[in-house]
Amino acid sequence: MDPLHFSLDIPLREFALDVELTVGREVVALVGPSGAGKTTLLRAIAGLQPAFGRISVEGDDWLDSARGIDLPAEQRSVGLVFQEYALFPHLTVRKNVEFGRKGGAALLERFGLATLADAKPRELSGGERQRVALARALAPDPAVLLLDEPLSALDAHTRGEVRAELQQLLREADRPTLVVTHDFEDAATLATQVGVVVQGRLRQLGTPAELVASPADPFVASLTGANVLRGRARRAQELTELELPTGELIRSTDPAEGDAVAIVYPWEVTLSRTPPDDSAQNHIAGVVASLVPVGNRVRARVGPLTAEITTDSSERLGLQVGGTAVASFKATATRLLPEAR
Amino acid sequence: MKHAFTVTAVAAATLALAFLVVPVVALFLRVPPRDLIHALGTSAAQDALVVSLKTSAIAHAAVLLVGTPAAYAIGRRRFRGRALLLSLIELPLVLPPAVAGIALLVTFGRLGLLGGTMSALGIDIAFTQVAVILAVAFVETPLYLRAAIASFEGVDGTLLDAARTLRARPFRVFARVALPLAAGGLGAASALALARGLGEFGATLLFAGSLQGVTQTLPLAVYAQFELNLDTALAIGAEFVVFGAVLLLALKLIPGWTRSISLWTFRSASSPST
Repeated sequence: MDPLHFSLDIPLREFALDVELTVGREVVALVGPSGAGKTTLLRAIAGLQPAFGRISVEGDDWLDSARGIDLPAEQRSVGLVFQEYALFPHLTVRKNVEFGRKGGAALLERFGLATLADAKPRELSGGERQRVALARALAPDPAVLLLDEPLSALDAHTRGEVRAELQQLLREADRPTLVVTHDFEDAATLATQVGVVVQGRLRQLGTPAELVASPADPFVASLTGANVLRGRARRAQELTELELPTGELIRSTDPAEGDAVAIVYPWEVTLSRTPPDDSAQNHIAGVVASLVPVGNRVRARVGPLTAEITTDSSERLGLQVGGTAVASFKATATRLLPEAR
Repeated sequence: MKHAFTVTAVAAATLALAFLVVPVVALFLRVPPRDLIHALGTSAAQDALVVSLKTSAIAHAAVLLVGTPAAYAIGRRRFRGRALLLSLIELPLVLPPAVAGIALLVTFGRLGLLGGTMSALGIDIAFTQVAVILAVAFVETPLYLRAAIASFEGVDGTLLDAARTLRARPFRVFARVALPLAAGGLGAASALALARGLGEFGATLLFAGSLQGVTQTLPLAVYAQFELNLDTALAIGAEFVVFGAVLLLALKLIPGWTRSISLWTFRSASSPST
């Protein structure tokens, strides 16, 4: 008896959503571009959207199209945190949390909402709203917890803090939890398993580390934040050479033949002002298009590549937007994948 | 040129305002206030007030009781023929009241569509207070339904979904979420329907007649007293002005979270928002 198992087939406008997944007492995140059908999937599990297939929770069938079972939303033991939280604007925080079940005092306390109990949702900050939404969803002690883009309604500067807080709260909730998001970083922080959904299908499922170490295809790689360079591959002695459309050559220790893509993570790329004399490395020279500080690091866009370097080295190199730089990365850090389709 | 136009536009506004306000004020000026109050004490005015209040209260309660869940059902659903249904609801709005009166008569009158059956059961409603109530309800219903449907359409559907995932059964979703969130629009709809009902003239006259103390409502009394005693007619007119002013004031005090849905829902043809 799995805590949550579903196998769903939902016709959408342009494609059909076809996903099968088992979620234990853990947090699983589904990542994909917007329009991949992620929200629809959550609504189907909650019973707010017609679907074909099966949903079973600890041996109870919520949906079994073959046997004509389809419980209405109010009979499914599910907590859903909506994308914009969907708090009842006319009710106080306390009444919102107690909507599903009376006696939410302990819950208000646990979520740090006790002092806000009599406030209306419009008086709250984004992070507070999210806590109310989560407390409200958990109040009836649902068998399954679903979260739809829980961090997308927040500003960039509160997001990191709320993400850490949410991770903690989800761990404490300790029940099958499914999060959908378009942001791999959010998914990797919140979940132990991450599934990549594209065009209604599950492309790859694994731990965040597994997805980064061996992405199944270029799309998964770019979703996890990797640089993706397209070209034509051919064997050259011990290595593979990938010729980019610009004529530059990239060497990799991975085998490949024909149309292929090179995958390089930003933290594998170093920057310099002039090409270092190091033939074991790949070099791509280019114009610095942007320099974005991220914590104590700088994310630099050089030609077709994104590099993540320390603020120190960025200052030492005197990088400037519009100037030139050389991006270098090792052949051993360069994964090659066949071009999809 | 711009200056000349500005002057012209302001002059036009002044003219329009005077055209609306002066006749209303004139109601109060023709006869001294003391005589107006005295005229309200005449039996014709008092009987009419009682008939109007009683019939309007019953008709309005019925319209709210049936119309509100009906508007919720229509406002929250998408189905084939919905546009046609909305047009059917709006049709009586564009009918002259006299036509509505005739229509009611040939439906509920002794020789009408349902009248024969009802007559056989000993029910005869034409030219009774029940007829007044039906006439008032008939003109109130489309006005209230249309605005109430728009109010329910304006409620964010995810909030109703959220209530469902929190185990709320359909009635609870309606009563605890949809109704409070639509309250502002429903209040405005209710107030304007009430005003329309109180002012009903043509349909009542044709279907219920104008019998003092039985079917003669305030507007009918204005018409009847117009030839008998102008003071009474004017006094009733003044009564309406005061009532109307109170009503508009009440509309301004409608709860804040639904303020966006108010008077305009009566003018804009409602379109589904989700």
